[in-house]
Amino acid sequence: MKIVVCISHVPDTTTKVKFVNDNKLDETGIQWIINPWDELSLTRALELKDDPANGIEKVTVAHVGPVGAEPTIRKALAIGADDAIRINATSSDAYYVAAQLAEVLKNNPFDIILCGIESSDFNGSTVGGMLAEFLGIPSVSSVSSLNLVNGEVILTREIDGGKETVAIPVPFVAIVQKGITKEPRIPSMRGIMMARTKPILVSEPVSLDALTEVVQYEMPKPRAACKFVNPENPAELITLLQNEAKVI
Amino acid sequence: MSVLTFVENWDGKFKKLTFELVSYASKVAEMMNTTAIALSIGNVQPEELEKLGKYGVKKIIHIANEELLALDNQAYTSVITELAVKEGATVLLLANNNTGKALAPRLSVRLKAGVGSGVSQLPLSIDPFMVYKKVYSGRAFAHLTIKSPVRILTLAQNSFELIETPNDAAIETITVQLENGLIKTVVKDVQKQTGKILLTDAEIVVSGGRGMKSPDNWGPLVELADLLGAATACSRPVSDEGWRPHEEHTGQTGKIIAPNLYFAIGISGATQHIAGVSASKFIVAVNTDKDAPVFEAAQYGIVGDAAKILPQLVEAVREIKSK
Ligand SMILES: Cc1cc2nc3c(=O)[nH]c(=O)nc-3n(C[C@H](O)[C@H](O)[C@H](O)COP(=O)(O)OP(=O)(O)OC[C@H]3O[C@@H](n4cnc5c(N)ncnc54)[C@H](O)[C@@H]3O)c2cc1C
Ligand SMILES: Nc1ncnc2c1ncn2[C@@H]1O[C@H](COP(=O)(O)O)[C@@H](O)[C@H]1O
Repeated sequence: MKIVVCISHVPDTTTKVKFVNDNKLDETGIQWIINPWDELSLTRALELKDDPANGIEKVTVAHVGPVGAEPTIRKALAIGADDAIRINATSSDAYYVAAQLAEVLKNNPFDIILCGIESSDFNGSTVGGMLAEFLGIPSVSSVSSLNLVNGEVILTREIDGGKETVAIPVPFVAIVQKGITKEPRIPSMRGIMMARTKPILVSEPVSLDALTEVVQYEMPKPRAACKFVNPENPAELITLLQNEAKVI
Repeated sequence: MSVLTFVENWDGKFKKLTFELVSYASKVAEMMNTTAIALSIGNVQPEELEKLGKYGVKKIIHIANEELLALDNQAYTSVITELAVKEGATVLLLANNNTGKALAPRLSVRLKAGVGSGVSQLPLSIDPFMVYKKVYSGRAFAHLTIKSPVRILTLAQNSFELIETPNDAAIETITVQLENGLIKTVVKDVQKQTGKILLTDAEIVVSGGRGMKSPDNWGPLVELADLLGAATACSRPVSDEGWRPHEEHTGQTGKIIAPNLYFAIGISGATQHIAGVSASKFIVAVNTDKDAPVFEAAQYGIVGDAAKILPQLVEAVREIKSK
C-alpha cells in the first residue's frame, strides 16, 4: 500500500498577521510551518509504515505551491516521508488546489490519501473532500484514528456528540483531526541529512479557474477592555454577568 | 431559483443549530427574492419536520430511504446534488460541523460551486456574492467573493439568531433511487455521549487550564458548570496530561466553539487556545497573573487564585439560582 499526505504550508500559529493594502498577507518576518494537522497525518502515516505487518511501501507528501515552499517539503522529508510531489502553482482557492492534486494523483495512484481537517491560514476545511470527489473515491471526515486490521482500514470518525467506528475500502481520502496520533514527529539529525537527497518531483499545474477570491482582509473588531472585579468579592462578577452582560 | 439547506437530525430530532440554519436560509432567500427549502435525510417524524416551517422555509423535502440512516459521503452528495439541481438552488447551506465539513467540499466539486466556510453573518452582498469569513483562526477576517453561479455556505454554530417567520411549509416525503454499490462506508460501532450537554451546543462553558494545578481540583469547576447548565472544557495541556477527557479540549486543534459565555479559569490565553473560543459573546478570565494574555480577550476578569475564587463563584451562583 502507498500513502500520500497532502501538506499545506502556513504561518506559524502564533504569528500576528498583518496585511499589505488590506488584500495581501504581509510576509515579513513570518515563520512558515507544516500545517499542524498535516504534521500529525504524516506522523500517523509513518507509524503505520513502521509496522511491517501493515505492508506500507512508501509515504509520499504532496504540496501545491511555489518553490519557496521547498523548505517545508524538506522538513516533511526529514520527518520521514520517502519522497515528495510539488505542483508548481500559487494556490488561489481550495477548489483550484484540490483539482491540481487530483490531476497528479490520477496518474500516481495511492491507496490512502491523508488531508488535514483545516489549514490554519484559510480555515477552509474543504481541500480533502474536494480531492476525493475529483477522484471519485470515498472520503471519511473528522477522522481521529486510523488503523489497518488484517488488511482492512478501520477508522474512527467524530460525529456531533460521539464517535463511530467505520470501515472503508481503498483508495479513499481520510480527513484527519486531533487524536490521529499524540505528538508530531520531529526530524532527527539523520533524517535531516537524508532529506537532502530524497526526490521532489515537480509537476506543472493544469490551467483552471478558481471559484472564490478574497477581495479584502480585515482585522477583528477590537474588544472592549477587560473589566476587573475585586478578588476579595468574586460574587460581584456573577452580578455583572447577570445584570450587565445578561448571560446568566 | 431557491436557497436549499441540508438539515441533519440526531436520532430523529433537530436542535438549535438546525433552526439557526433554516433562519439563515430564509434570510438569504429574502435577500435574493427567492424561497428557502429544507432538505432532511433519515428518520424524522412529521411533527419534528413541521418545526422547520416556523423559521420561514416554504418547503420541506424529506428523504426517507432506510439505506441513508448512516452518513455515507458519496451517497449523501449524490442525493443532495440531485435535489439541488431539481430545485434550482443557487445557494446551498450546511452546518459547519462534522457532517457539513464532510459534505460541503464534495458538493462543491459536483456542482462546481465555490464554498464559503464557517460564515457567521449574512452575505455582505448578493451581486457579486460576497461573504465575511474568519481566516487565520480568528486573527483576521476576509471578504470572499464566490464567483460560481451556485454557492455553498457552511454556517458556524451559535452565530446566527433564530428568526421566527411562521409559514405553512409543505412537507414532501420521497424515497430516491440509489445506484447499486454507491454506499461504501460500513459503520461498525457507534459510541454516543449521553446525559451531558455537548460542548459545541452549550450556551455557557466553564473551562480550566494548567492553573487548576491538579486533576483533583476540578470539583468546584464542575459544580459551577452544573449550576449554570454549562458544559465543561479545558486547554490542550490539560487533556494531553489526561486530567480531563479529550472531547473537552478547546482551541485551534480541539473544538471551536461560540457560547454566549466562556469561563477561562487558570488558562494563559495562548493564541491557539483563543482561536477556539474568540467567537464567544463574553469571555471571563480568572488568573493569578494580571499580565496573562487571556485578559486581552476577556471582557471580565479576576486576578486571583482559582482555588480560592471558584468556590466563591459557586456560592454566588447558588445564591442567585435560589432566588
Ligand atoms: C500548533 C499548536 C496548536 C495548539 N493548539 C492548542 C489548542 O487547540 N488549545 C489549547 O488550549 N492550546 C493549544 N496549544 C498550546 C498553547 O500554545 C498553550 O501551550 C496552552 O494553551 C497553554 O495551556 P494553559 O493555559 O492551560 O497552561 P499554561 O500556559 O501553563 O498557563 C497556565 C495559566 O494559569 C495561571 N495560573 C497559575 N496558577 C494559577 C492559580 N492558582 N489560579 C489561577 N490561575 C493560575 C498562570 O498564570 C497561567 O496563565 C497549541 C500549540 C501549538 C504549537
Ligand atoms: N496547497 C496545498 N497543498 C497540498 N495540500 C493542501 C494545500 N492546501 C490544503 N491542503 C490540504 O488540505 C487540508 C485542508 O485545508 P483547507 O481545506 O485549506 O482548510 C490541509 O490540511 C492539507 O492536507
